[in-house]
Amino acid sequence: MKRTWFVLSVLLVLAVLLAACQPAATPAPTTVPTQPPAEPTKPVESTKAPEATQPAQPQEFVFGMLLVGPYNDHGWSEAHYNAGLYVEQKVPGAKMIYIDKVNSADRPGTTPEQLAEDLVSKGAKLVIFNSDDMKDGAEAFAKAHPEIIVIHASGDGAWKEGKNYRGLPNLGNVMGRMEYGKMIAGCAAALTTKTGQIGYLGPLINDETRRLAAATYLGARYCWSEYLGKDPAQLKFKVTWIGFWFNIPGVTSDPTQVADDFFNSGYDVVISGIDTTEALAEAKKFQGQGKEVRAIPYDYIGACKEGEEVCLGVPYFNWGPMYAKYVQEAIAGTWKPSWDWVGPDWNDINNPDTSHVGFVKGAALSADASAQLDKFISELAGGLNLWKGPLNFQDGTPFLKEGEVATDFQVWYLPQLLEGMEGQSVSQ
Amino acid sequence: MVRTSSRWTNFVFQLLAIVLALAFTSLVMVLAKANPLEAYRNIVVGSLGSINKFSDVLVAWVPLLLATSGLLVTYTAGLWNIGVEGQITLGAIFTTWALRVLQDSTLSPGLIIVIGFLSGALGGMLWASVVAFLRIYGGVNEIFGGLGMNFVATALTIWLIFGPWKRPGIGSMSGTEPFKETLWLPTFAGLRISPWSLVIGIIGIAVIYILLQGTYFGLKLKAVGRNRRAAFLLGIPTTQYMWAAFLLCGLFAGLAGAVQVLGVYHRLIPSISSGYGFLGMLVAMLINYQPAWAAPVAMFFAALNIGSIQLPIVMKLDSTLSGVLQGALVLAVLLMDGVRQRLLRRR
Repeated sequence: MKRTWFVLSVLLVLAVLLAACQPAATPAPTTVPTQPPAEPTKPVESTKAPEATQPAQPQEFVFGMLLVGPYNDHGWSEAHYNAGLYVEQKVPGAKMIYIDKVNSADRPGTTPEQLAEDLVSKGAKLVIFNSDDMKDGAEAFAKAHPEIIVIHASGDGAWKEGKNYRGLPNLGNVMGRMEYGKMIAGCAAALTTKTGQIGYLGPLINDETRRLAAATYLGARYCWSEYLGKDPAQLKFKVTWIGFWFNIPGVTSDPTQVADDFFNSGYDVVISGIDTTEALAEAKKFQGQGKEVRAIPYDYIGACKEGEEVCLGVPYFNWGPMYAKYVQEAIAGTWKPSWDWVGPDWNDINNPDTSHVGFVKGAALSADASAQLDKFISELAGGLNLWKGPLNFQDGTPFLKEGEVATDFQVWYLPQLLEGMEGQSVSQ
Repeated sequence: MVRTSSRWTNFVFQLLAIVLALAFTSLVMVLAKANPLEAYRNIVVGSLGSINKFSDVLVAWVPLLLATSGLLVTYTAGLWNIGVEGQITLGAIFTTWALRVLQDSTLSPGLIIVIGFLSGALGGMLWASVVAFLRIYGGVNEIFGGLGMNFVATALTIWLIFGPWKRPGIGSMSGTEPFKETLWLPTFAGLRISPWSLVIGIIGIAVIYILLQGTYFGLKLKAVGRNRRAAFLLGIPTTQYMWAAFLLCGLFAGLAGAVQVLGVYHRLIPSISSGYGFLGMLVAMLINYQPAWAAPVAMFFAALNIGSIQLPIVMKLDSTLSGVLQGALVLAVLLMDGVRQRLLRRR
């Protein structure tokens, strides 16, 4: 036994020495962004790394993606993954590499910045961090690798007027104005509910999730009162947070259980704010037992597929066009950091090449509701703004005065849920 | 029993075990329609292919080695300290606590870091002492006590991160607010590994090696582990020795947690132990509790963990494959040990 391990350790040490003897390049930032940095992380065997000297020719440009969930989660991460495929299709030479399940529960002992370096060592020159929870990692990585373009989806580190502006020359942000998608979802729910009770399956509590839940409520309340002519006070809207973007057994509340609780206590429409499709699956189950319930999933254009018969539709992200733009700019050397909060293309919110946010209707949406929903969408397209006073916070303090319209800053950093919503505003 | 059989027979059986484990893992890959050789090559390149990769292996190696070191003590005493995970977590919590209290004080960052380490060790010992108390005075098997305390430790972490220690305005699975960089363990330039954590890991295993192989304490602990009653009748205060074993393991686990906070994550995150406690148990079993092999085998396991990250990038394989290989190795070694003992007995 001793000998075995002796031999093994000698081999290990040899391999380490060999690796250490490779000429280590200076980590100084290179001034030409298209030049592949001579970083010491590049494996010797790699033949894929392009020798970028003539940017005019269509050649391989590798971009990396860190996905917080599984690439096929039918939710947030799959929407990003599909956007990567879109980029490969639309930008000549673009090639995606990715790591999914980038979170400390699924990949113990790793950090996002470390995994990003793995992507860089495989040739990536632009890395997309796809979760709010990777903020620290994205920023640390951007600082340590000035030659790599970092896109942090859903963050605000590149927003000059924002609260967390970092001013890093290689860090950009992109987010969709999903508030619109959520308003449409809320409207669809309000037009459908028979009990007047809408449940919102929330992830964890932060600025983003608060404003999305609030937008859903605004859409629901508008259609409830304006289209159905009912009293807003009769609309119950409850948010239950599970603690994370998807179920982590033993760590988060079980979203299946939360959805069940909603359906069992009179909530007949559940709108999902999490990255996975438990709400829809449970609605399907309850429907099978003869209960008339509906659900609205989130994030991913194909999310309704798991339960067409109970799906009212899905608000989804379409990251492809923006990512294609960034990759094209990176190839051309014209990329500049920016904070992009991109809305739908109001000419056609489901145009795959122009609209960052969309809503596809589900089979369970009635014809009447569908027509009214179209009306709501055209009102939004015409400039209807639901972030308009008078609006109060959940605790009754005023948010917007009569006629006052919320700024981007006020919406992005919404500090509380709104009056009329049930559920926690701040994590305890 | 192990000592008497010839070195060569042992060697052959160990080799067989490795071949068996590799064969099993390869079979799993073939079933997943992947090329095993390419996968192994990717793991090697991904862990040893560059100095950066190797430094990441070391980052995983140090806490794993510390956990293994602690576990060697409890194993020697015949105790299955499965609560090591929770002890690592409590170490991390205590370190975070100390840093949160002291970060705005006038103390020098170096001193705060030292206090952080000491607090971590204390936290690990505290958690271990609960298991020890239940085991020694309550008759609760340390496996059940440990499991329970692991759950409590996880719940405590989550509560702290989403509760009292949450970031301003938000609770986030990404953990508490990161500490300022002056409170990070200094690293080699451009790498993530800190010379200080390396020093702690190496001193740690050296201390355990000397303690178990070269002192009366180690010898008596072995006696306690082999036959507690006989040891007691021979005049060894077995209760004290069991306490010592638990507390030492807790100390080392706590240090591992402190390294995770000070040198790796720079904050408290939900799964701060990174599973190094359970992995450390595998390492300890694989080396048949001989401290001399803790360092290389822990290194091998750490390399598997880091190298396997290549699998999803390059081959679209799930990186839990490294876990399959690690588990298969331990099972194969145990299996082969059993086979060897049966065969030798027959002769």
